[in-house]
Amino acid sequence: MNQHFTVTTDAEGIAWLTFDKAGSGTNVLSPEVLEAFDQTLIQIAQRHPKGLVIISGKPGGFIAGADVKTFAKVDGVASAEQHIERVHEIFHRLEAMAFPTVAAINGFCLGGGLELALACDYRVATDDRSTRLGFPEVKLGIFPGYGGTVRATRLLGDLKALELMLGGRTLDGRKARRMGLVDLTVPKRQLRAAATGLITEGRTPAQAAWWQRLPTASPIRPLVSHLLARQVGKRVRQVHYPAPFELLAHWRETAGDAAAMYDGEARRVARLINASNAQNLIRVFMLQDRLKTEGDKADFQPRHVHVVGGGVMGGDIAAWCVLNGMRVTLQDRAPVYLSRAVKRAHTLFKRKLKRRHEMRSAVDRLMPDHRGNGVAIADVVIEAIFEDVDAKRALYAELEPRMKPDAVLATNTSSIPLTVLGEQLDRPERLVGLHFFNPVAKMPLVEIVHDTHTDTQMITRAAAFTRHIGKLPLKVRSSPGFLVNRILMPYLLEAVELVEEGIEAPVVDRAAVAFGMPMGPIELADTVGLDICLSVAEKMAAALHNPVPERLKQLVEDGNLGRKSGQGFYAWEKDHAVKKGTVEETALSDEDISDRLILRLINEAVACLREGVVEDEDLLDAGVIFGTGFAPFRGGPMHYVHSRGSDAVQRRLGELENRYGEHFHADTGWGAIA
Amino acid sequence: MSRDTEKQPSGNLNGRPVYVIDGTRTPFLKARGKPGPFRAGDLALTASRALLIRLGMHAGTLDEVVLGCVSSGPDEANIGRVVALRLGCKEQVPAWTVQRNCASGMQALESAALNIATGRSDLVLAGGTEAMSHHPVMLNELMVAWLGAWSRARSLRARGKVLAQLRAAHFKPVVALLRGLTDPVVGLSMGQTAEELAERFGIDREAMDTYAVNSHRRLARARESGWLDEIEPLYDNDGNVYEHDDGLREDSSVEALAKLRPVFDRPVGRVTAANSAQVTDGAAALLLASEDAVKRHDLPVLGRIVDSQWAGLDPAQMGLGPVHAMAPIMQRHGLDSDDIDIWEINEAFAAQVLACCKAWTSQDYAREALDLPHAFAPIDPGRLNVDGGGISLGHPVGASGARITLHALKAMQRTGARRGIASLCIGGGQGGALLLESDSTEVSA
Repeated sequence: MNQHFTVTTDAEGIAWLTFDKAGSGTNVLSPEVLEAFDQTLIQIAQRHPKGLVIISGKPGGFIAGADVKTFAKVDGVASAEQHIERVHEIFHRLEAMAFPTVAAINGFCLGGGLELALACDYRVATDDRSTRLGFPEVKLGIFPGYGGTVRATRLLGDLKALELMLGGRTLDGRKARRMGLVDLTVPKRQLRAAATGLITEGRTPAQAAWWQRLPTASPIRPLVSHLLARQVGKRVRQVHYPAPFELLAHWRETAGDAAAMYDGEARRVARLINASNAQNLIRVFMLQDRLKTEGDKADFQPRHVHVVGGGVMGGDIAAWCVLNGMRVTLQDRAPVYLSRAVKRAHTLFKRKLKRRHEMRSAVDRLMPDHRGNGVAIADVVIEAIFEDVDAKRALYAELEPRMKPDAVLATNTSSIPLTVLGEQLDRPERLVGLHFFNPVAKMPLVEIVHDTHTDTQMITRAAAFTRHIGKLPLKVRSSPGFLVNRILMPYLLEAVELVEEGIEAPVVDRAAVAFGMPMGPIELADTVGLDICLSVAEKMAAALHNPVPERLKQLVEDGNLGRKSGQGFYAWEKDHAVKKGTVEETALSDEDISDRLILRLINEAVACLREGVVEDEDLLDAGVIFGTGFAPFRGGPMHYVHSRGSDAVQRRLGELENRYGEHFHADTGWGAIA
Repeated sequence: MSRDTEKQPSGNLNGRPVYVIDGTRTPFLKARGKPGPFRAGDLALTASRALLIRLGMHAGTLDEVVLGCVSSGPDEANIGRVVALRLGCKEQVPAWTVQRNCASGMQALESAALNIATGRSDLVLAGGTEAMSHHPVMLNELMVAWLGAWSRARSLRARGKVLAQLRAAHFKPVVALLRGLTDPVVGLSMGQTAEELAERFGIDREAMDTYAVNSHRRLARARESGWLDEIEPLYDNDGNVYEHDDGLREDSSVEALAKLRPVFDRPVGRVTAANSAQVTDGAAALLLASEDAVKRHDLPVLGRIVDSQWAGLDPAQMGLGPVHAMAPIMQRHGLDSDDIDIWEINEAFAAQVLACCKAWTSQDYAREALDLPHAFAPIDPGRLNVDGGGISLGHPVGASGARITLHALKAMQRTGARRGIASLCIGGGQGGALLLESDSTEVSA
């Protein structure tokens, strides 16, 4: 029919529309694809088939959603409104077909893809692990705009539909069936048969029960909306993430009136997508894509990973690799150290893997190996022992001669330069850093640490390996703290300084959270462990021109290490920091505090760019967002500089320097920042 | 490897030489009245994957996997295949399971050896596994019939009627482990067959208890001396690690054992729990290879399996099985007891091992039961079960045959011995034996 869609009619007269987007591994709905879809629908209608099944030609997914790249290029509210209205028209055409229509879903069916499926009479999904249905729009700062708010509420009832759209979570085939999002969930081998069945048996298309639509009709709508808004407010702030609140306002104002709802979608979503919050979140999504392309799985096919060090980091890295399909040997001095890692790994497997045979297979792939026999067959060897140069060197001396010649030798060090560690190796150029963040299962970033003399093939392999285990690789030059810890450190030290000046810890943290950080710096320091912060601070003190704060030394000396010891800057109860009482007025406003924190971070970011720790500003932003959780809706520290104005930021730095001293002195790299 | 196969005396493994590369086993864990932390498949997997990692080999290079197991779990039918796939073997690697009761592990080795000797396979993972603490407890037949009637009863009245037929007898479970240890043909438990031998060969209680204490002492010495490096630790999912055979009683003494009561022929018998093998969970895995495979993968060689023999005898005398299996091998190769440096005769019961030693040297037994003109010279106790056995470390029925073969080879390597024999008695009245040789001649490509 055209390059994206093909239609075949089977013996029973059912038309099968296969969506296989040309030149792309994933089906996404770009404007061009949507127009082609419309043309295809028109042609199918002329043939008067007995029914229509929409199915994907991609093995991995149905439709991943709208094409996010086009979101980044929207120009103006009016053109966005126009686009949305056009899609409404196309999906109306699908909905109004004179014959039954089925979406046959295997793999991802998200956002605009799910909205397309909702415009069909029936939906059948597979029970495959890869099948996920949902509305992730809020994560991009918008809400479903291709008729999703109308059709989802009609199908599921208001509360279930709103919950799905507000939370952005995705469902597997079985849960989607239970919720009523699909009519049937079947094994993949029965997908076609089930779709055919839905067309021939002629059941009434599903709709929410009358009582599920009560919130629409009743005068309690404002109350429901208010309660939901309060719930959302516990998770995010409206100023940072307006989308869910806009969705609720949209529903409150228009629910029950389909025409008004379609119209509301167009107006509100067009406005949201043009605002900076959404544009920044879309930027983060694209940065993630950029990081993904930093490593190419095709470059390297690792199967066996050998991890040395059964502590929290080593054990968690091993377990994560297993979870992503690797066979892993985990080495430590004696079996007893490995037993704890096995237990932790098992807890992770239990959480991530629901099916019994998958659980067992994971346990089978994780091999405690106190003799270190796995070194000889490993494709990647990761050292994750304690931070001691001599111990690490001694270990490498044992590992290197036993390794396969082309295997990657990696260190998880967070502070020791590669040149120092690799000095005594036969082939120092083979050593790379694979710097994971704690907790490994949650943190998406891995810093690929290299030096000028590092073998480029090893860097390529390390990045490919990172992709194989589903993490985001960021190539950084080996210098103290690499990128993420280095940028984080002045921010944490400034926070400690504020506390030393007499500002209460909860006030400092509040200001950072108000800026958009996921957690305040003091709470973060307590969580990471003050001993670890101190050791990094001491190693970086010289480079940062920042003396180690006395308060930090004192706390560590007294054994108050933060969350793990129950007392740090905060007292910790049941893994929660106790933030006592309400905080009175303090000398500094929240903005003053967050400026002191964030501008130090930014100044350090500029220094990193000047030194070439990372290649460019986008990679820096990506690293800081995925490595620290830096306010995603601000698009990253350098993006924040540009939106606030580079001159304005430098002026502010000057003011702060005058008031607080030379650690606010603008880095010489600012000259290169446009 | 310049050994000339033509010169080998004729035997049951004629053809290409069969090399044992290496082997590992799990610690043997005593059954403690409830299912243990590992199933038979888990045990075999741990031993096997450790072995392959130790040799730096991928499971995909194997030609086949053979496991011995008397009773695997309900979801482990053909446990050999289950373990092969869990191990990461390619799907194309065939795998099977063999069962010859207490010799299942040895049967696996012999089956693997035969396939190598005949040229069918080059690289075979073989061993045995048993989780005796997981042996099933089943519903009796009365109960099964009752359940059938219950599912057929539809009306309330019919159900009431069926319900009324339920009696206490329905709930008496069938303990598979105990049934398995009773010979269905002669109606004797394995312990009672040991009592038969004790009576026939005049073995008194003190001799048995002394033998048992020695078994513990030898195992303790082997552990302290680091002679058990074939053991790979087991890890459960709750953070526990098992590094040693946990049935070892270092404090056992003849005086203490004398206080125990007989368990099979109450109250007058001589066989007690302490002079019998322990009921345990465990697995052992060995890698067997042809000369081609040794060269191709540049493998070390632990020794060779030279010959094998199975024999049948009166089930009531099953404990003498080793005598019947070893004698033809000795005959074929023109050997007498002094030519064998290391003997592993599985310790099912102290009485049974001691009876074997007596029958071995009995002129009458040689003539009447073995059809031989002369008995063999005595077996030097210093060469027999040198590092303990079933009494001190347990007898997981499907695994023991593989364990004693592996340990015989390890002990031969350690002591620089030339020849060894591994043999066991088999419930149901059989015996099995393997003749082992060290490969002292240098492997030359």
